[in-house]
Amino acid sequence: MNMSTKSAPQAREAGGAAGEPPSAPRPRIRVRGRSTQWAAFAFLAPLVAYLLAFYAYPLYRNIDLSLHDYTVRSFVQGGAEFTGLANYRDIMGSEAFGPALRNTLVFTLVSIVAQYAIGLALAVFFRDNFRLSGVLRGMFLVPWLLPLIVSGSTWSWMMNSDNGIVNAALEAFGIGQINWLTDPGWALTSVIIANIWLGIPFNLVILYSGLQNIPRELYEAAALDGANAWQQFWRVTFPLLRPVSAITLLLGLVYTLKVVDVIWIMTTGGPGSTSTTLAVWSYREAFGTGLPDFSPAATIGNLLILIALAFGFLYLHLQRRQERS
Amino acid sequence: MRDLPKPFRAAGVLGAALVLMTGAVACSSNTGSGGGDQADDTYTWWDPYPQHNKSSDWAKRVTKCGDEAGVTIKRTAYDTTALTNQALLAAQEGTSPDIILLDNPAVSTLADTGMLTTMEEFGLDTSEIDENLLAAGVADGKEYGIPIGANTLAIYYNKTVLDDAGVDPGSVKDWASLTAALKKVKDAGHKGITFAGIGTEEGSFQFLPWFWGAGADLRDLDSAEAAEALDLWTGWLKNGYAPNSVINNSQNTTWEEFLTGDFAFGVNGTWQVNSAAEADFPTGVIQIPGKDGGVAPTPTGGEFLTTPVQDDTGRYEATKKIVECMTTPEGMVETATTFAYYIPPTKAGQDKLLADQAELEPWVEAVRTAKGRTSDDLGTDYPKISEPLWTAVQQALSGSKSTKDALGEAQATAEDEVG
Repeated sequence: MNMSTKSAPQAREAGGAAGEPPSAPRPRIRVRGRSTQWAAFAFLAPLVAYLLAFYAYPLYRNIDLSLHDYTVRSFVQGGAEFTGLANYRDIMGSEAFGPALRNTLVFTLVSIVAQYAIGLALAVFFRDNFRLSGVLRGMFLVPWLLPLIVSGSTWSWMMNSDNGIVNAALEAFGIGQINWLTDPGWALTSVIIANIWLGIPFNLVILYSGLQNIPRELYEAAALDGANAWQQFWRVTFPLLRPVSAITLLLGLVYTLKVVDVIWIMTTGGPGSTSTTLAVWSYREAFGTGLPDFSPAATIGNLLILIALAFGFLYLHLQRRQERS
Repeated sequence: MRDLPKPFRAAGVLGAALVLMTGAVACSSNTGSGGGDQADDTYTWWDPYPQHNKSSDWAKRVTKCGDEAGVTIKRTAYDTTALTNQALLAAQEGTSPDIILLDNPAVSTLADTGMLTTMEEFGLDTSEIDENLLAAGVADGKEYGIPIGANTLAIYYNKTVLDDAGVDPGSVKDWASLTAALKKVKDAGHKGITFAGIGTEEGSFQFLPWFWGAGADLRDLDSAEAAEALDLWTGWLKNGYAPNSVINNSQNTTWEEFLTGDFAFGVNGTWQVNSAAEADFPTGVIQIPGKDGGVAPTPTGGEFLTTPVQDDTGRYEATKKIVECMTTPEGMVETATTFAYYIPPTKAGQDKLLADQAELEPWVEAVRTAKGRTSDDLGTDYPKISEPLWTAVQQALSGSKSTKDALGEAQATAEDEVG
């Protein structure tokens, strides 16, 4: 899944292996220019083939599905009716669209902000090596290593209304039972909590390595100038971490927008559709009922791609502005 | 990222966005693999029993039926929902397997694609099979499969809890007496009943006995009868007779709750018979009552043997032999005992099973009164009705909508979907 961010360098290496041997020097410069051009194409070919097969074709298929009215019959026999943007109108005009979009935004924004804040706090905490810090840091990676089905099921057991450990603890303090997964007001919060827990290691690792690149001397200089720990963080750490932060947040956003598994395992988007995000909705249309409905599912998937793209361009825009200044 | 030249950065961002779609539609690309290009004497068989591996009794039976037909069977097991999607993809690619064992509500959906042959074309006799069980495989008056066995829902009870609360399971005759029993149990300090109200097909499956037991019709979700059924469930929740967790319970979770020994009743299926026998407390089974008494029609579960269309119709001959081998009365009983949760779909098979295991009597009874979810000529409309139904159940149980509003909305959605 995360190949995409690396695809360019990888494919370049692959091209190198398959490329032609460097041509012998030729008397005329123009000829040499042409042959290096061919070599360049040869180097490029594996990358292009890879992109076409694994990105362009699925994307084309997804758009194709969303522009036709595919039923199970036309999925097998072909001849789905071309309906233009009707699927998009149906989805965006549907009563479920507003709440799903709102849930998606709340889920995504709250998740990545909290993941980032907690991840950064932990990264700064672990920056000063102390005894057992390596072990502790390693333990924080556990959520990342566990299969999602395991952590999702564990969370849903812990948050069970009647037998869950979370409610048992709350009751011990006299707070009383909260129906984490079955109360329409709590379901979204519950899946956000679980998702934040899942995303902290990713933020911790990237931000921690970002911190290693900030030269120690800057802190020494700041300390000499009389800056306290708080000022050092806001004046030195945070600004110098900005590029790393930006890419962490962007990747976090893309990962979080498409989260299906955690929500599906914990609440299946319910009760009703109170914790249904766009991704869960898309999954439910395609695989969650007895009748696969690929066209609306693909339509919602395409809308998600557009949202992710919009944030991607926002990121590029901010980067460019920073470079100019 | 920062050090890369601009075009690569743009490619990276684009790529990251595109990752989304791989998840959304990965299954719609060409991953099908099937039997179309198999060797002549290798027949492909798909079933939804990944829990039975190569050395299991089930796999051996399948192999044996292949041997008797003089061919080799290559068996592949998928998860139930994955199986429907795999079958669709294989049909799209023209590589359907020779035999698919299909969950019964999926039969009419796949039949609608034209990828299944009818039993009549195959010359298979279905007259022995109980009509109510066969109905799930019938679309437009044609039979598209043979049930290899059936299962359904009933109420398990915990004898220890009932004795303690002074409730006689035999006294549960209708909804009022069931609710009265729940009150007694609760007053005695125990938990009442647990069931599965999850927002998937399982939720509809568990709600249907009450829905039908009230006399409601799936074409009419907002009827007064439907509201009575939903009010029964929400009333149990409000009064604390059922735990709040039922809203999110799958049938497995609800069974685990019942096995804790705290609950007096648990609604579950034939497939828990063995587990109930091994429970730490004595258990028993009663039928789900109708609103004003009698036995409520419960939905049938279980798989159908279906035979997808092949380019090479010469293959049908051996396929027919395999199907016949699996569906003889002896074969049906063998299937029932292999799985421990199937009741044979024929009278002969049922009698044979009861001769061996008389304690399965209530289940045979339940299966005889059971009703296919896609029957009443609902066919492919059923999934379109089931989704709004379970959504309404969820909304009413969680209190986000009143029973009336939830069902009214469900009916509007269903009408819109069915068209």
